[in-house]
Amino acid sequence: MVRSHILVCGGTGCHSNNSAAVKREFETLIKERGLENDVAVVGTGCFGLCAVGPVVIVYPEGAFYSGIKVEDVAEIVDEHVVKGRLVQRLLYKEKSDQHAVKALSDTNFYKKQTRVALRNCGVINPEEIDEYIAFDGYQALIKCLTELTPQEVIDIVKKSGLRGRGGGGFPTGMKWQFAANSPGDIKYVCCNADEGDPGAFMDRSILEGDPHAVLEAMAIAGYAIGAHQGYIYVRAEYPIAVQRLKIALAQAKEYGLLGKNILDTGFDFDLEIRLGAGAFVCGEETALMTSIEGNRGEPRPRPPFPAVKGLFGKPTILNNVETYANICQIILKGPGWFASMGTEKSKGTKVFALGGKITNTGLVEIPMGTTLREVIEDIGGGIPNGKHFKAAQTGGPSGGCIPAEHFDIPIDYDNLISIGSMMGSGGMIVMDEDNCMVDIAKFFLEFTVDESCGKCTPCRIGNRRLLEYLEKITSGKATMQDLEDMENLCYYIKANSLCGLGQTAPNPVLSTLRYFRDEYIAHVVDKKCPCHVCKGLVRYTITDDCKGCSACARKCPVGAISGEIKSKFVIDPSKCIKCGLCLETCRFNAIVKE
Amino acid sequence: MKSIADIKAIRDKMQSQIVLRDNQDAEQEIRIVVGMATCGISAGARPVFNALVDEVAARNLHNVKVTRSGCLGMCKLEPIVEVHIPGEDPVTYVLVNPEKAKNIVANHIVNGNICKDYLITNN
Repeated sequence: MVRSHILVCGGTGCHSNNSAAVKREFETLIKERGLENDVAVVGTGCFGLCAVGPVVIVYPEGAFYSGIKVEDVAEIVDEHVVKGRLVQRLLYKEKSDQHAVKALSDTNFYKKQTRVALRNCGVINPEEIDEYIAFDGYQALIKCLTELTPQEVIDIVKKSGLRGRGGGGFPTGMKWQFAANSPGDIKYVCCNADEGDPGAFMDRSILEGDPHAVLEAMAIAGYAIGAHQGYIYVRAEYPIAVQRLKIALAQAKEYGLLGKNILDTGFDFDLEIRLGAGAFVCGEETALMTSIEGNRGEPRPRPPFPAVKGLFGKPTILNNVETYANICQIILKGPGWFASMGTEKSKGTKVFALGGKITNTGLVEIPMGTTLREVIEDIGGGIPNGKHFKAAQTGGPSGGCIPAEHFDIPIDYDNLISIGSMMGSGGMIVMDEDNCMVDIAKFFLEFTVDESCGKCTPCRIGNRRLLEYLEKITSGKATMQDLEDMENLCYYIKANSLCGLGQTAPNPVLSTLRYFRDEYIAHVVDKKCPCHVCKGLVRYTITDDCKGCSACARKCPVGAISGEIKSKFVIDPSKCIKCGLCLETCRFNAIVKE
Repeated sequence: MKSIADIKAIRDKMQSQIVLRDNQDAEQEIRIVVGMATCGISAGARPVFNALVDEVAARNLHNVKVTRSGCLGMCKLEPIVEVHIPGEDPVTYVLVNPEKAKNIVANHIVNGNICKDYLITNN
C-alpha cells in the first residue's frame, strides 16, 4: 500500500533546472532503501513557482521543497521519508519573510489563487490517464454524451459567461453556437496552442501538466457543434508539451475516449496534432488554419468567419488551450459556479505568467477582478531589490502598459481595454524604475517587425517605419514633429492592417505615449534617457574624484580613455561605445553615467 | 475499449490513492501521527504505520490522513501513535502493534470510542 507520494515538477522551467535527474535520484534511493512499495515518485506538470525550481512536494504532509539539487535528495529520503522529519533547510521560504513555510497551500503565492484551468497542474502525473480520471477526468464528457443534448452543452457554456482566453475575449458559447448553426455535415474543432507572446507560457504549462483536460474539452466541443475531427496546433518548440500530448492521445484512444463510437455512445471524434514552426502570426486564427491546411501561415480577411467557413472551407471553432481547460469544470460544477467568480462581464479566472522585475516569477491563476496590486505585491512577492513599481505590460507585444496610477484597477477584459491595454493571452511583465519605457516599446516593436508575415503593406512597411522613429528617438536625433508623425502612423497601421498582429502592433507605442509622454519628450527635447538605458543618449564622464590610476583606460576596449598617471583622466565621447566597463572597473566611484 | 462503468471503476480505485495529495481541508481532517524516528522504527513503527494506512484505505476514510513525526521523547514506549481529531484533545497511544493499530481505527476513528487500554498509565 502506497503511503507517501513524492511529486517532482517536470514542467519546462524545472526541467531546465535538472528536475529529471532529481526524479531519477529519488527513484534510485527509494529503491535502495527498499521503500518502492510504500512510496510513489510521481512526475507532474508545473506548480507555478518557476522562480524557485526544481520543486518537490512530499505527501501526505504536503511539505513543499524548493530549489532541490540531486545531492539534496538523499537528505529528503533519509530524514523526511524514512523518519518523518521535515528538512527545514530545504523547505520553501517566502522571500518577504524568511520563515520556512511547510505546505504549498500556506504560501502567500497560493493563498490568493483560485486554480480552475491549472487545477491538475502539479497535482497529477500528466502521463497517466488513470490519475486524470481519479480527479473526475472524462466525467464531463460522459455527462455530455449520456445526459445532455448538444444544444444543452452550448447553453451551459453560454450561461457560464466564459470568454476566449487567447486574447480577444469573444464569448465561447456564442462561437460554438455559430458553428453549430452553420449548415454542413463536416465541421472541425481546433485548439490554438501556438502560444507566441514573449513571456506567456500558461498554455504550455496546461499541455504539460494536464493534457487530458484539453482533449476531453475538445471532444465535448465536437459533440456540441457536430464535429468528428479535431486538430491541436502546437508549436514545435514545446517538445515536452508535444510529447505529453502524444502520450495522452494514445491513452485516450486506447480507453476508447477518442475515436469511433466513444464509450459505446455512438459518437465519433478523433484528434490529430499539427506542429507549427513557431511564427507569431500563426496564433491568428485564419493564419493558423491556413497553416494546418499545409499552406504558408498567412491570415486572410474576415468575414467569412471560421464558424461559417474555416478549416478546409468547413465550419470550424478555434479555442485557446486555457479556454478548453475551463470547459470540463463548467460542465461538472455548473455554469452558476463559474459565473459566481469574476466581474460582471468577465467570469471565472485567468492565468497570468508573471515575469520581469518580480520576485515570484511563475504562473498564477486569479479570479477576474483581482487588482494588479494584489497580483504583484501579494502573490508575486513584490519588486526585488527595494525598487519601485513603474508599470506592467499585459497582452505582450499586442497589449499595453499599466502605470502605477492604475495599480488598484480590478483586472478584467473591459477594464484593461479602457486603460489602453488588453488581457491578451495573459503575459504580465513587470517593470521597475530602471526600465526606460521608450526602450520597452522599441523592444516589443522589434518583435512584431520580425514576426510580421508581410502579406499586407500597413503592417509590413508601417511597423518598420514606426521602429525607425523609435530608433531615432532613442538615439537622440528625433524632433517633436517626428513624435507627432509617429503617433499618426500608429493610428494608420491600426486602422488598415489585415489581421490582429498589425492592428495591435502599435499598442505598446500608443500606451507608453499615453502614460509616459514625458519620457519621450526627455529623449526628444533634452536628448536624455531618464533611466540611462538608451545607449545613444547615455554619456560616461570622469569626475574630479579621479585618482589617475589608469585602471579604466586599460580596460576600455576602444581606447577612448586617456590621461596621465595621478591626474584626472578623460573619456573621448566620439570613441566611447558606452559599454560601461569603465564604470564597473573604477574603485573610486569617479565615473558617472548620465 | 472501456465502457462508462469501467471509467467509473478506475476513478473509484484511483481516488483512494490520490486522496493522499488532497490538502484542501487540512483543518477539517483527522490526522493519525506515527512516531517514526530511529527509536520508533526499531520498535516496529513501520508495520504499525502500514497497518494504519491499509485500514484507513480499506474503510474508505477520505478525511483521515496518516502521517509521520519524529521522536516524542518517550522512546521506551514506542511505537507511539497520536490521533488528532479537530476540536478534540489529541490522544496518545503507546506500545502500539499492527493489531492495536487496526483497533484504534475501528474503535476511535470510526466509532468515537477511545481505546483506553492503549493509553499511557502513570505507573
